[in-house]
Amino acid sequence: MSYGFTTAVYVVAAVLFILALGGLSNQESAKRAVWYGIVGMALAVLATLIGPGAGLWGLSLILILAGGVIGQYVARRVQMTEMPQLVAAMHSLVGLAAVFVGFNAHFEQVRVLAMDEAAREALAGFAAVLAEKSPVEHNILRVELFLGIFIGAVTFTGSVVAYGKLAGKVTSAATKLPGGHALNAAAAVLSLLCLVWYFNTGSLLPVILMTLAALFIGYHLIMGIGGADMPVVVSMLNSYSGWAAAAIGFSLGNDLLIVVGALVGSSGAILSYIMCKAMNRSFISVILGGFGGSSGPAMEVEGEMVAIDADGVAAALNEADSIIIVPGYGMAVAQAQNAVSELTRKLRDAGKNVRFGIHPVAGRLPGHMNVLLAEAKVPYDIVLEMEEINDDFPDTDVVIVIGSNDIVNPAAQEDPNSPIAGMPVLEVWKAKQVFVMKRGQGTGYSGIENPLFYKENTRMFYGDARESLDKLLPLID
Amino acid sequence: MTPDSARQLQKLGYECLIEKGAGAKAGFSDAAYEEAGVTVIKTAAALWKEADIIAKVRPPTETELKRLNKGKTLISFFDPAGNEKGLEIAKEKGANVIAMEMVPRISRAQKMDALSSMANIAGYRAVIEAGNNFGRFFTGQITAAGKVPPAKVLVVGAGVAGLAAIGTAVSLGAVVYAFDVRPEVAEQVESMGAEFVYLDFEDDQDGAETGGYAKPSSPEFREAQLAKFREMAPDMDIVITTALIPNRPAPVLWTEDMVRSMKPGSVIVDLAAERGGNVEGTVKDERVVTDNGVIIIGYTDFPSRMAAQASTLYATNIRHMMTDLTPNKDGQIVHDMEDDVIRGATVAYQGEITFPPPPPKVQAIASKKPQKAEVKELTPEERRAQEIAEFRAQTRQQVTLLTVGAVLLMLVGAVAPASFMQHFTVFVLAVFVGFQVIWNVSHALHTPLMAVTNAISSIIILGALLQIGSGSWLVIVLAALSVFMAGINIFGGFLVTRRMLAMFQKS
Repeated sequence: MSYGFTTAVYVVAAVLFILALGGLSNQESAKRAVWYGIVGMALAVLATLIGPGAGLWGLSLILILAGGVIGQYVARRVQMTEMPQLVAAMHSLVGLAAVFVGFNAHFEQVRVLAMDEAAREALAGFAAVLAEKSPVEHNILRVELFLGIFIGAVTFTGSVVAYGKLAGKVTSAATKLPGGHALNAAAAVLSLLCLVWYFNTGSLLPVILMTLAALFIGYHLIMGIGGADMPVVVSMLNSYSGWAAAAIGFSLGNDLLIVVGALVGSSGAILSYIMCKAMNRSFISVILGGFGGSSGPAMEVEGEMVAIDADGVAAALNEADSIIIVPGYGMAVAQAQNAVSELTRKLRDAGKNVRFGIHPVAGRLPGHMNVLLAEAKVPYDIVLEMEEINDDFPDTDVVIVIGSNDIVNPAAQEDPNSPIAGMPVLEVWKAKQVFVMKRGQGTGYSGIENPLFYKENTRMFYGDARESLDKLLPLID
Repeated sequence: MTPDSARQLQKLGYECLIEKGAGAKAGFSDAAYEEAGVTVIKTAAALWKEADIIAKVRPPTETELKRLNKGKTLISFFDPAGNEKGLEIAKEKGANVIAMEMVPRISRAQKMDALSSMANIAGYRAVIEAGNNFGRFFTGQITAAGKVPPAKVLVVGAGVAGLAAIGTAVSLGAVVYAFDVRPEVAEQVESMGAEFVYLDFEDDQDGAETGGYAKPSSPEFREAQLAKFREMAPDMDIVITTALIPNRPAPVLWTEDMVRSMKPGSVIVDLAAERGGNVEGTVKDERVVTDNGVIIIGYTDFPSRMAAQASTLYATNIRHMMTDLTPNKDGQIVHDMEDDVIRGATVAYQGEITFPPPPPKVQAIASKKPQKAEVKELTPEERRAQEIAEFRAQTRQQVTLLTVGAVLLMLVGAVAPASFMQHFTVFVLAVFVGFQVIWNVSHALHTPLMAVTNAISSIIILGALLQIGSGSWLVIVLAALSVFMAGINIFGGFLVTRRMLAMFQKS
């Protein structure tokens, strides 16, 4: 097939991808939008296979199908609570693929440059594209593939570490090697020097050195970020995987790669921005890891935590008319979403107004809670965002906080010295009564004291969220 | 003490005694007490002799105080500021006296704050009394027999009583306005469904003092306040005043001319009547009708008018006090003078007068958030000016960004070859489209968004596919690996997205 045909298909695919992302603006159109994405991808792959420049398409098809079988198996088996890990793992694959493709581009460039005119004429495929380039274009190509490999390598190790943290295989606390960010900076400087070196010589050594440095940066950067910041990290890596694809697209001269890379890159960037805003922290402070340190002593917490048992909670729920449930990571950990759904169904059958308040950074992935609740068949029209529901708390009889902590911490508004001061939070304490389901008296992931637990209208319902809900369910009538 | 609270007290290890017939007026019979395991004692005198801890409502009489001795503890209202003689007797006798009105206003002590409980009742009852004397509906109605306007209620002083009154009036359907010298309570007022009346007053409006009570205000402020009330008076159907300043006579806030300007049939309930009243013309414990037909109610016994409710709440307050006094739940009082709450409430301890107490360490209400008050006081012009300024700043920012971006692009264009610029154009446009599209994605779908972007970022497979047929075995192996990994991603990403989206259901 001609080059023009392939390009035409690429345009169609690009449009389909844009529609696929745009369709996610609401739940119904999203179901259609995925199909756009799938068709777009199928078209792009087919067009490339039958288009000019592709070889060994039999092997390629077999490999795609083999990968597809594994992908399908994983996608069917994965639990919704494990979604963050899965997404991180998949990012790492894209990163690694970008590294490989970048290396290939380098090998091919070296090979083509070493040939004489006659040999270049005989080339086919990717090498033929390279052969037509002018010296300036070759220099640009070096920068592009260098960038592609760099971003890909950072994405790869970063995602692997993020996966480990989310899956609980690596400690979720922020840990840094001695030297901290100076090490990262040194590695970055080293990469920059390698770029200059590579730009002038075109040899393999600087690329390998840079790759090692980038792998280290990815590892060390993400190790230094605590578990509570994972939503930002995952969306940031998402963004990186896009930029890596775009950089590779540049080096291969493939517009579709550039378009899709840019789409994914900006999508991830926006998500990171939204997450950072939801935590009232700058992107830089998240990347540099840990909280920015408090500017003074935290406000003293007055009062005591009062515990309550299932009977008390049930009595209050039976009397209440309006109830808001605020889920957090604790619900995901305890796999309590089905019990929550059952509770919601019972309460709604009793004619009560039950809604969910979701903080943008609840969970370990943007939108994590929504997916869990959807899995448990909680209708999405009663699942509301923070801005939509925050004004309704004063008119609410009972708020149930399930395994969330910082996102309902009044210190964010009341205590200017708190590490999370100014972060928008769900104002649950304004409700008439608040029940907090929590495993114990600890301060949770971020280690910040939560005055909510000491408020007059707060009762602590200790225990594993799912067990507590199971105890509670029979008592609701 | 109610039968319920008696059961709770027994759990703390105490034995409970009660005077015969004490609960009769609140609807608790002696039999009910006996059933709860309480010993009923025939006379008050015997009870004072028998018991170690005496809980009561009204301040004790001299005779009663004389029955105290070392080791006995009295818990009741005491009016320590106006009852020096009582304090002296308590000191001589060596008894410990806890005055319920002295419980500090901190959040931990709210459960034993009897003043708040009683104020709550007074606020509720004030509205009920007003309704009783008011000749119309509270709620506006449009009926076949004509249209009824809603009653307009003004609550002055948004303390516990004021807030209770607001809540009651709002739930009866009236249009409620509320005023308080402490602007930080505006939020509480609005949360109860009333409209907070702001003054056009320049100086800081903050009338809050440590301990959650109001402090006396400046003459200028008072004038502004009275002017506002004068303006509102003709429109109001019901006025409930609850303004009190600790240890001072009640401030006069509703002058005679305001009363005169009100419509006939309007009702004023003065909850400050005990301390002289906020309204000119209030007579303590009386219902007065003025010449122009305005009814002024000056009752002071609202809690007694709701005896059952008042007793239950007070009994609970006392029980909480006892719980705090009995940390070990063994029926033994531990009178911990280090404890802020207990120290604050104790007026006589082991032969010493301990009144007045040192100020509590914790403030009742966090000090006001200044920006909030400022925002509310903006005039429309100022607001418009602010909006325009914001718009300008935004425009300036956008133009700067665009200019910088454009210049940078041109610089790149000046050095890069045409083939690169072609791709670069595509790249910039794609980033732009991406930004526009992604902002519309709903928050709830962020996880599917990540999964789907993940799937489509495996478009990198195209690169691998283009390379796989060209070059050495190393290239082939690396490209093959990339194709394989991207394959996992494409299928995994799309499938998992579909799985998630299928789960989102409407109710």
